[in-house]
Amino acid sequence: MSAQTLYDKLWLSHVVHEEADGTALLYIDRHLLHEVTSPQAFEGLRLAGRKPWRLSANLAVADHNVPTTGRAAGIADPISRLQVETLDQNCAEFGVTEFKMGDVRQGIVHVIGPEQGATLPGMTVVCGDSHTSTHGAFGALAHGIGTSEVEHVLATQCLLQKKSRAMLVKVEGVLGKGVTAKDIALAVIGRIGTAGGTGYAIEFGGSAIRALSMEGRMTLCNMAIEAGARAGMVAVDDVTIDYVKGRPFAPAGEQWDKAVANWRTLHSDAGARFDAVVELDASSLRPTVTWGTSPEMVTTIDSLVPDPKKETDPVKRDGMERALAYMGLAPNMPITDIKLDKVFIGSCTNSRIEDLRAAAVVARGRHVAPNVKQALVVPGSGLVKNQAEAEGLDRIFIAAGFEWRDPGCSMCLAMNADRLEPGERCASTSNRNFEGRQGPGGRTHLVSPAMAAAAAIAGHFVDVREIL
Amino acid sequence: MDKFTRLDGLVAPMDRANVDTDAIIPKQFLKSIKRSGFGPNLFDEWRYLDHGEPGMDNSKRPLNPNFALNQPRYRGAQILLARENFGCGSSREHAPWALEDYGFRAIIAPSFADIFFNNCFKNGLLPIVLPADKVDALFREAAAQEGYRLTVDLETQTVSTPSGQIFGFEVDSFRKFCLLNGLDDIGLTLQNADKIKAYEDRRRQSEPWLF
Repeated sequence: MSAQTLYDKLWLSHVVHEEADGTALLYIDRHLLHEVTSPQAFEGLRLAGRKPWRLSANLAVADHNVPTTGRAAGIADPISRLQVETLDQNCAEFGVTEFKMGDVRQGIVHVIGPEQGATLPGMTVVCGDSHTSTHGAFGALAHGIGTSEVEHVLATQCLLQKKSRAMLVKVEGVLGKGVTAKDIALAVIGRIGTAGGTGYAIEFGGSAIRALSMEGRMTLCNMAIEAGARAGMVAVDDVTIDYVKGRPFAPAGEQWDKAVANWRTLHSDAGARFDAVVELDASSLRPTVTWGTSPEMVTTIDSLVPDPKKETDPVKRDGMERALAYMGLAPNMPITDIKLDKVFIGSCTNSRIEDLRAAAVVARGRHVAPNVKQALVVPGSGLVKNQAEAEGLDRIFIAAGFEWRDPGCSMCLAMNADRLEPGERCASTSNRNFEGRQGPGGRTHLVSPAMAAAAAIAGHFVDVREIL
Repeated sequence: MDKFTRLDGLVAPMDRANVDTDAIIPKQFLKSIKRSGFGPNLFDEWRYLDHGEPGMDNSKRPLNPNFALNQPRYRGAQILLARENFGCGSSREHAPWALEDYGFRAIIAPSFADIFFNNCFKNGLLPIVLPADKVDALFREAAAQEGYRLTVDLETQTVSTPSGQIFGFEVDSFRKFCLLNGLDDIGLTLQNADKIKAYEDRRRQSEPWLF
């Protein structure tokens, strides 16, 4: 057999049936559900008189609409409340396992899957959420789907798919101090653009990727979708296996040994052919900040807001001018002169324990600047929150003037009460800086957790390498 | 799902690249547990001058006169002309639901984001990829001629202009078949139920920890 990519292996092992035009019926091992994209799918099942094909493949949690404060009082917004209650009712009616709002295991769907061992190497993982690419960090084939496909997976445990092309993003070398997986992700998107990965599944490889923790790999794969690729993935190694071991849904005993032997094969073979290869030098990367309204509009902390006059492509120039007007920024101003109104540390990109530790290192013994009206720290799950509290991180944040919240998607997309007001500017560890994403008229700059914490302390962007 | 065969429709332009699904249908409208009714909030933040929330009477809201879809000449448009990477971002199927509910049946762009592209086919909405220079020419023609219409024929996979130009486009044969016939693909997949069960039996042996 010829050398295979990791993607080839994951794809081939899940093909149930193939149509003449190459459309495959792909088996889905794990289906994660949340309240926003599932109600119409359950309704569809109900109308057609169908039942979930394999109940144990499904795991549900409410995350987008949940409040991150004052939970005992329930959800104040009646429409949000109805959506969460609808998930509760659907899960009860169909028998789907759900971590409800009061459950310590509740959290952002892309944090709790791996945390519970519900995401395992070699799996196909889908969810009605584009950031499902996160789970590819485990050597899994994971991607977001729409609600029709949520219903399709519930009813058949399969998806109709066409194979993507394979892209290797190879990052060699050692990351400098204060440079993180988030900076790699933003640098990759800046390089290839938000459509650069369209039609591809991206494998992240190279020594800098192997040196990342699972948290870092999840951050990176999470943002594959921001480069246009539905799926991002990283080969299985000891770091993966050590992370999975002992988690509630992970195999144990004899099954564990058998599983590990299988998982050890989940890497691209030597000589495997990729349709595209992008190479980055880790040592050249610097803390990165987005300046516009698309995640490809990135620059480094030590540079200037770009000048549209220097762009020759008219569609791009128009996009830059529109973005700068929306963001309220002038061309050629130093990034470090950008002042912030709010800071958000959280989201499925950066709300895991390592992220909170990195932010706490910066916040320790310092205080949020007076011009920063609100600095939120929103852990990714109840278990992350407990772990952080056991390490005393909550006390560091609170002493520094940050708010310590309950887990959920929160200000990443402002479906709950956490949001930006029109014109407010935010340093955010989330994944999208689209217009209105964090609240209508809100202005988002994407950064790493350490950079967000540093910006909160200074009141404007600063090079975190000068603080650490 | 409605069948899609042939469409002769008025064209409306959306002249910006990287239109994301947050812009197509903002998050506050995703709280609905229904599949319909998103049309009045399509492009909400660009279309209205005030801030929209679910439950508002959209007919009483101030329209942004500079937004293309608000111009009388584009009223009743069924074909949206767009730029590269249309539908990027979130996987929300509410985006094609909103476009379809508004009245669009086809979108023409140089490229689409993967998940959005896929979601369109599940809703009788045809995303058509044409080369950037052809799309550019269509933008110019649509701007120049009021009442500019295009004919989309899925059977022959062509887009025809009023001046008689014909552009071919690609579409997967399986997706084309489903769209031409308005087929629910869950029913089609369940015709392979035996194959799914056999696959599960094999993997239950080889990878029992997955079950």
